[in-house]
This record gives sequence, structure tokens and C-alpha cells, in this order.
Amino acid sequence: MVKSLRKWWPLFLLPTALSFAFGFVIPFVEGLYLSFCRFISISNPKFVGISNYVAALADPQFAHSFWLTALFTIVITVLINVIALAIALCFTRKGLKGSNGFRTVFFMPNLIGGIVLGYIWQILINGVLTIVGQQLLALNTVAGFWGLVILMLWQQVGYMMIIYIAGLQSIPSDYLEAAKVDGATAWQTLWKVKIPNLMPTITICLFLTITNGFKLFDQNLALTGGAPDHSTELLALNIYNTFYARAGAKWMGIGQAKAVIFCILVICISMIQLRATQSKEVQQ
Amino acid sequence: MQREKITNRILTVVFTVLSLAWIYPMVMILVNSFKQNTAITTGTAFNPVTAETSAGIANYISALTKQGFAAAFGYTLVITLTSVALILVCCSMCAWYVVRVNNKFCKALYYLFVFSMVVPFQMLMFTLSSLADSMGLNTPYNICFIYLGFGAGLAVFMFAGFVKTIPLEIEEAATIDGCSPVQTFFHVVLPIMKPTYISVGILETMWVWNDYLLPYLVLDSTKYKTIPILIQYFRGGYGHVELGPMMACIMMTILPIIIVYLLCQRFIISGVVSGAVKG
Repeated sequence: MVKSLRKWWPLFLLPTALSFAFGFVIPFVEGLYLSFCRFISISNPKFVGISNYVAALADPQFAHSFWLTALFTIVITVLINVIALAIALCFTRKGLKGSNGFRTVFFMPNLIGGIVLGYIWQILINGVLTIVGQQLLALNTVAGFWGLVILMLWQQVGYMMIIYIAGLQSIPSDYLEAAKVDGATAWQTLWKVKIPNLMPTITICLFLTITNGFKLFDQNLALTGGAPDHSTELLALNIYNTFYARAGAKWMGIGQAKAVIFCILVICISMIQLRATQSKEVQQ
Repeated sequence: MQREKITNRILTVVFTVLSLAWIYPMVMILVNSFKQNTAITTGTAFNPVTAETSAGIANYISALTKQGFAAAFGYTLVITLTSVALILVCCSMCAWYVVRVNNKFCKALYYLFVFSMVVPFQMLMFTLSSLADSMGLNTPYNICFIYLGFGAGLAVFMFAGFVKTIPLEIEEAATIDGCSPVQTFFHVVLPIMKPTYISVGILETMWVWNDYLLPYLVLDSTKYKTIPILIQYFRGGYGHVELGPMMACIMMTILPIIIVYLLCQRFIISGVVSGAVKG
């Protein structure tokens, strides 16, 4: 069968491979090359070596965005996972009424796009800030940062909760019964039985939240847009603004160099993730 | 036992309150979407609609007729349907071919697909939009080819993961019975892969429907606006912001999503779980 299948490649392989080449491979390679060039459009790049990278790393705004993104990612990773796991533990209890309904509600914000979410919360948070007599989001860095954290909690807790519930339900019930027979308290069961058996799920959720935090763009753009004065600008938005919001021919190349650095960062995180999940699977 | 019942009762109360808080942001938008423009300020966002501030359904009418919501909805629908259909058909065929033929080229291609899932969009945004411009892929009818290329990573990865679990004997039996590879695929493989089609379809639909940056950079956004572009345009534009119609737009954006979600909840949740576990 494989032999006769081989000659069918124009039908099976070509449409996807061709679109993939134009939608990913060519722009990727071109982007890599342009990060070493000075350009305003792709037709006339001028090779300038690594000076774009030097300028990108020397840009204080880029450094600020990097540390802000790192802090933001740590905060949301911890909060989302703790809250989602706690809710998942409650929902897998025996005899809790209505947990299906609650699950439906908590998951819902996930389906709404980042731009829409951002504006919903901008209106809400500005309303609250007015009531407590604080400055609005456009002038308030602290509120902007925590507003983004709350928005992400609202969007992602439901998603991670669903994955944790699936993980908890796959723990064999004899483990839990054995713990009960041995007289383990609920607290002991959680730490000695449930969480060790949940490690693969926890790894998945941790890395999903980390990459989501690192790549965040839409919500950032819609909620604060980086205001005030780029102080709430995460990495992805910083790259975007370097490309499209700064005057001068040199910024395009610097933006592309920043994008390459960003890409390498995300790839590194994913490599660590791959390692972590694989080593966990071996243990099982 | 008694203690457990009490805990459960307390938890039910806690989660009921929490659920209401979870829905509140959407309810607030709904309430505000019936207010007059001038009645929506940061100070009055939490007030209910009164007789003086009520605008009836005027905001909705304005959003549909003046603000171009109907067109944006249409474009988003066309883009999402064509892109997801194309991704499902082409990527499942590609994944089957890649797994079954499995020569050097296929292996390299497969690793490239996996690699593409990791790469952030910012890396390609400038070159991809320039390329799309020069190739005439910048209309709502052609953008689906870009989505096929950019969405292929996840789709091929998930389909290939499933194809590997299908025993080769089934397909060989079909071949012996005289099926050509094309017939084998459509009559034997495709029906077996149905659950994966649903998962991939849901994940890609959620992505394309809500995507902002790709269509914003690729499409000529003075002519074609998708829903996220339209909503961003409301706030990003200079001058007076039409808050009432904007609220109506947000409401009309999230209502269809919520309805579809409530109807197909089980598929959506299981699709998302299987996508997460494999991704």
C-alpha cells in the first residue's frame, strides 16, 4: 500500500507543504536574514551584521519589557495553577452538587478572544478605579499590571481546571481507597497520593501557562496598550511597537532582531518542557 | 459523613457566588449595551439602565448598520469556515501520508511542523505580511491559505499522533480488497479519525475566530475588518469613541460563542483537553 501511496504526493502532501512553505518556512528564513539587515521593506535590505542585536539588547525599553514579562509570567503561573488545582480538587469531590454547571461557567471566558476580553476588563477595571478614587488604567502602571493578571486568571483558570480534572479522574480509585483504609487524612492523601500522581498534568499546565504568559499580546494591547509610557508593555507588544510605532529606518531591523531573541527564548522554554515531560514519563 | 455534607454545602454556596462573579463582566457589558452613549462613563459603568439613560436597541442597530458589524461578522465567518475546512482536509491527508510513507523528506517535514508550533508569531509577522501582500493573499477569500500554512503545525501533529495508533492491517486489508490510496483514505482512515477531526476543528476554530494580529497585518484593514479588528478599531481610532455601539458589538461577538459553547460543550471541553495533553 505504501508503495502505491507514494506517487499520490501531489494530492496528499503538496497543498499543505506548499502553504506551509509560504506561510511559515520562507517568512521564517527571511526573518532570520532580515534581523542582520537594515530595511524598510523586504525588497531592499542592506546587510549590517549584528548591529541590530547590539541595539536591541541596549534598548532599555526592551530590557524593561523582558523583566516585566518574566515577573508577569511567574505571577500568573503560580496563581493560575494553584487556583485551578484547588477548584479541580473541589469539583472531583463526591457529592458536590452542581459542579458540572460551575465547570461550564468557569471555562466560558476561554472561548472569547483576547481583544474582546481586554476591552471588557478595561471598562470594568476603570469603573472600579473611579469608585475607589484612583487614576485610570491609562495613567496607572500598578493597576495595569494587576489588571492584566486578573484578566488572565479569569480567562485561564477554567482551562487549566479542566485539564486538572481530567488528570485527577485518571488516578486509579484503588490508590485513594488504599490511602483511606490506611487512615490517611485528606491533607495527607492530597500531598502523598494525588499530587505525585498528578505530576505529568502539573508539568503540562505549568508550561502552558508559562508559554501563554510569555507570548501574550492581544490582551496586553487591548487592556493597557502599554500605557502609561510603555510601562506595562510586555515583550510581544514591545516587538510590535518597535516595528510599527517607531519612526526611523533602523527600527525595523532592530524589531526583527528582538523577534529572533524572543523566538529563541520561547524555544528554550519549550525544550525544557519537552525534557521535563519526557523524564516524568520514564518514571511512570 | 455529617461533616462532609456540611463542607459540600458550604462549597456549593462559595462556588455559586464565584460563578456569579465569573459571569458578571459579561452581564455588565450587556447592561451597558442598552445605555445611551453619553450615559456610559467610567463612573456609571455599574449603574443599571434607567428610563433616562436607556437607548433601547439603538446601539445594536447602529453597530449593525453604521459601524460595519454585519460585514465584520460575515468576513470572520467566511475566513474561519474556509480556513478550518481547508486545514482539516489538507492536514489530515498530509499527516496520513507523512506517517505512512515515512521517508527522509517526510520525517524532516514532520519535525518542521512540530517546530513551527513553538515559534511565536512576532518572528514572522513582518515578512509574512509582506509576502502575503506580494502574492495577493491579502483578501478574506485567500487568507485561508496562510492559515493553512500557519495552522498546519498543530493540525498535522495531532492527526499524525492519531494515525500512529491506527493498525496498518486495516488499511492493507482495504488495499487487498482493491481500494486505491485515495479510496482507502476517504472510506477507511477518515471515519476512524472522526474524534481527532472534532478536536482539531474546535482548536483551530477558536484560534482563527479570535485571531487579531494576523488578519490585521495581512488584510487591507480599511476594506476588510474582522470582528477583533473592528473592536480594536473602535478604541484605537482617534476622536470620539462610540461606547454604546461598541458594547453592542462586544455582546454580539460573545453571544454566538456562548450559544455554540452551551450546545456543544462536551465536544469542546474534550477537544481542548486532548489538544492540551498532546501539545
